[in-house]
Amino acid sequence: MSLAFKSGILFLFIALYLLIVLSGCKTMEVITNIGTTIGVATGTIDQARAESIKKSSMAVARSFRDITPEQEYYIGRTVGAVIVNRYKPYNNPEANRYLNLLGQTLARASDLPETFGGYHFLILDSDEINAFAAAGGLIFVTRGMLGNCRNEDALAAVLAHEIAHVQFRHGLQAIKKASITTALTTLALEGAKTFSGQDFANLMGAFEGSIADITATMINNGYSRAFEQQADQAAATILQRVGYDPNGLVDMLRVMQNRLKPGGFDFAKTHPAPASRIEDIQKSIGPYRVINKPASRQSRFMVLGDI
Amino acid sequence: MNKCYTAFFTFVFICLAAAASIAAANNLMSIQVKKGHLRTAPSFLGKIIATLDYGDRVDVIEEKNTWFRVRVPATVTSGWIHATALTSKKIVLSAGAADVDQAATSDELALAGKGFNKQVEGEFRAKNRYLDYTWIDKMEGFVMSQARIEQFIKYGDLSPRGGHE
Repeated sequence: MSLAFKSGILFLFIALYLLIVLSGCKTMEVITNIGTTIGVATGTIDQARAESIKKSSMAVARSFRDITPEQEYYIGRTVGAVIVNRYKPYNNPEANRYLNLLGQTLARASDLPETFGGYHFLILDSDEINAFAAAGGLIFVTRGMLGNCRNEDALAAVLAHEIAHVQFRHGLQAIKKASITTALTTLALEGAKTFSGQDFANLMGAFEGSIADITATMINNGYSRAFEQQADQAAATILQRVGYDPNGLVDMLRVMQNRLKPGGFDFAKTHPAPASRIEDIQKSIGPYRVINKPASRQSRFMVLGDI
Repeated sequence: MNKCYTAFFTFVFICLAAAASIAAANNLMSIQVKKGHLRTAPSFLGKIIATLDYGDRVDVIEEKNTWFRVRVPATVTSGWIHATALTSKKIVLSAGAADVDQAATSDELALAGKGFNKQVEGEFRAKNRYLDYTWIDKMEGFVMSQARIEQFIKYGDLSPRGGHE
């Protein structure tokens, strides 16, 4: 009995020893962290250190890729607010519900199905032919754009194109490098000293600059032709993954071609001409063929009625 | 005597297993979205079995296409989650000065609630009072349930492919 007890104690010590050795690194890391936190709190990190942090974070190539999904979400909310205040929402719960069912089904099939706040869709009360995708997944489509869609596959193409802009983070790439650098270096300074009024002002400046850069690109200048081609290409992929005909995109563009007014401040200004988009996309999806429209799909599409 | 041995051996094995799991937990990733859903299958059509919060850590057990099977450490909860909901960075929810210092110089940390955040949005709204966010908040409430999306797919005669759905 006594021998068994002694052996037991020995095993216990071995087990404890192994536990300590194996988890030792983690424990030390925690202790180091606590140490540095206390060091900083007591003011060990001085201005010189703050400067070195600033330099090192600038030395690392900072780009839109360093914007976290959470920060992207806040950028998207404000970009969305600018759009919805400029164009006004179309308050038709049934139509918006249909748009979200379709849009959220498509978003799941994109290469970026998960964003910080998720994908949400809204119709804008405007005759202009337009659609916008704010960073993180807030997507807007005008009544004028809905008018280009004769079936669900065509509407799916419009939404998939906007989802693709979110997926490739095209909006964030419109932000000038200076704003991104300011935002990320201001953030790096935050821990080195009390976040001063000046630092917060710099961060606000970077935020305002980002919003201005994105909205100017989306509303006035448009993305590059390369970005639009990329979005059309990804839209075709998303459509096929869900079971829609990518010819929905061609169908929509054909109608749009006849409805766009030259010199208009909408897709006429911000997007390549429909004919050239059709030409580009057909290189990968082949020549046009008539879309098969199941009755159930067409009947629910009619919820949009005369919008 | 035999009983004593068995009890101690069991204890030792439990200790070793615990130590091994700590050592093996190097596949840890963090939820980088507001709400991360764990599903029964590597597909958005898989049933949701658990919902995790932003910054929660998970241990990756298996990879399949763009999906990860993960386990919540120290629990029996496991399920599939899409890769885009995860980051290999550790997300610090309330970052102290040392975290900020580390985040500035390495790519291993991400700080929650820093940079462009609620406070920055609040300041922007105070400066631009004409901007109304009511519809932005409303839009965020437009969330279609799993059941409705499944119904939408079924009645629309759609055929989502396995890997991406």
